[in-house]
Amino acid sequence: MGVMTYAEAARLSLEQEMDRDPRVWALGEDLGPEGGVAGQYRGLQQKFGPERILDTPISESMIMGSAVGAAICGTRPVVELRYADFGFCAADEIVNQAAKIRYMLGGQVRAPLVIRQSVGMRNGMAAQHSQNNEALWVHVPGLVVIAPGTPADTHGLLKAAIRCDDPVVFLEHKELWATSGEVDPQAGPLPIGVARLVRPGADATLVTWSSTLGRALEAADALAQSGISLEVVDLRTLWPWDRDTVFASVRKTGRLVVAHESVRVGGFGAELVAEVAQTMFPALKAAPVRVASPRAPVPYAKPLEDMCRVSADMIAAAVREMLPADPSGPLAGT
Amino acid sequence: MTDKALPTTARVLEMHRMMCTIREFDEQAGQALDSGLARGSVHQYVGEEAIATGVCANLAATDYIASYHRGHGHSIAKGVDPVGMAKELLGRTGGVCGGKGGSMHIADFSRGMLGANGVVPDGVSLAVGAAQAVKLLRQDRIVAAFFGDGALNRGPLFEALNWARVYQLPLLFICEDNLYSATQRTGAVTAGPGGVARAQSFDIVTETVDGNDVLAVDAAAARLTARIRDGGGPAYLYATTYRWYGHLAFDKGLYRDPAEVKSWRERDCIARIEAWLIGRGVDKAALAATREAVKRAIDAAYEAARAAPFPDKHHAFTDVQDIGGPAWA
Ligand SMILES: Cc1ncc(C[n+]2csc(CCOP(=O)(O)OP(=O)(O)O)c2C)c(N)n1
Ligand SMILES: [Mg+2]
Repeated sequence: MGVMTYAEAARLSLEQEMDRDPRVWALGEDLGPEGGVAGQYRGLQQKFGPERILDTPISESMIMGSAVGAAICGTRPVVELRYADFGFCAADEIVNQAAKIRYMLGGQVRAPLVIRQSVGMRNGMAAQHSQNNEALWVHVPGLVVIAPGTPADTHGLLKAAIRCDDPVVFLEHKELWATSGEVDPQAGPLPIGVARLVRPGADATLVTWSSTLGRALEAADALAQSGISLEVVDLRTLWPWDRDTVFASVRKTGRLVVAHESVRVGGFGAELVAEVAQTMFPALKAAPVRVASPRAPVPYAKPLEDMCRVSADMIAAAVREMLPADPSGPLAGT
Repeated sequence: MTDKALPTTARVLEMHRMMCTIREFDEQAGQALDSGLARGSVHQYVGEEAIATGVCANLAATDYIASYHRGHGHSIAKGVDPVGMAKELLGRTGGVCGGKGGSMHIADFSRGMLGANGVVPDGVSLAVGAAQAVKLLRQDRIVAAFFGDGALNRGPLFEALNWARVYQLPLLFICEDNLYSATQRTGAVTAGPGGVARAQSFDIVTETVDGNDVLAVDAAAARLTARIRDGGGPAYLYATTYRWYGHLAFDKGLYRDPAEVKSWRERDCIARIEAWLIGRGVDKAALAATREAVKRAIDAAYEAARAAPFPDKHHAFTDVQDIGGPAWA
């Protein structure tokens, strides 16, 4: 085991996959000299050469389109789109090509590629550099969507994404790049579609992913002070999501809160809540709740930006609100 | 070739003041980021001031410009108030965008500045639309679109060049080639003869200038804008230059050869025009006085910004849309 940052874990993971499989290569802007916007490619061009770590022009359509072409012809590209906001510049190639080429062509080919997009708010990056677009990708048939929240998960899930034969959208949070955690450098891929029960609890289930995980755990700590036991599930894979883990948890607690940084309206939380309500309505003791961003672009000024954040306080308040007034009373034994 | 009349000393002094203003504003923008007063991305225009200055000297107040992520210089040259810009940079009330946009989205429609932009080269696409509107509304304006060399390889730029030529739009494209796209040497990923050829292949009139020579930029912009105003359709100015600092204010630019940086700093557009002015008989002291006056004005702009309050929180949710905005959700 060792402690490393989220960026370093991602770098190590890609390095190991490139060592393992000569068909794996990466393309995108600024990968070589500086090693990517967060150092997540540092040293890889020096090691693997400029063909396998390809520095591209600012040509998102072609970065993505050519990756699809290369994926259906025997290679396994890792596409770096820098910020999820520029994923929109490549949305046509992602949605109309990568996601459905296997299907449209009657299963003749697969498009095994990874589409890395760093998401989320960080220190005043404003409206065109702070977006979380996960729900859009989940909505597109053909795509797998992964959003790791820790260095170890980034390490294991990037490996899994690279080995996956489906196109995978891999969402890395800007705010997490510099955070560190325990990683087993020898660890293999983690299974796609398996959530992690981060903290067991009895009174309510909190489902979250990516950087909101940290806030969820803070909320759980705060709630524990008042005797409320929150179970925290890190979904990790948004599509296909781990129904078994989420359903089992909600069956146990009877209460569901979903927290995510992306916009609440039409967000992925809505899908989770709907599925839970539809599947296990009788098991619910309270209406499921979503804690997420307001439907506004992300503003620049700090006090305004903070209005769009999901805080630990907001999560804790949502949990308190769905519990009966006196936690020591009716809650006991439930 | 006809001999072009040399510009008047007064005009050049005005351009000198403008370049000094842009430089001082962006030097302090970098400091604001370092000290945590500004946030996010701040792309300084230091070293490239002659281009915005020379081009905008040929634009009327009613003309439009569109810019890109390195947009402070274009804004100031187009007449945007540095006080409103400094407030925007610090995310304060009274910022040109109410503190909601920051450096990368500075805009002031009252000055015909349609916006910096965070996406390469979306400002150019918007400029094409602005020119389309000018034509539809039979207005007496032209549009200038600034972009970097990094934009040369994105599809929308090709679409814009074709479009502007097909519809003969009143649009001046200005490519500011500072050799780099973030940490990448643009030449390493650009095929063919590069920036000018891109436009020529669409049959658009072009000029190439030394972008560190404000007189050359001014003269070329004068010719091209006159042509556009005469209904000659789009034109393209290709200006070579160099940014002194990193891509972002906190980028140390380690991927550049220090000798290269030094050689370009020696071609400083401000030092050059000062030498020219002195040759014209302008007093050194007068130039120093300009620089000092500019410094005082920019100091005051940032001082006013620091003193301004942060926007009220409810503004996070204003101006999203008329119907179905955040309150409705
Ligand atoms: C579509 C898109 N891709 C990537 C980026 C990230 N990015 C911001 S500035 C930049 C380099 C741009 O270089 P250039 O156009 O030459 O302008 P300069 O910064 O040199 O002034 C890049 C890659 C972006 N803003 N938009
Ligand atoms: Mg450039």
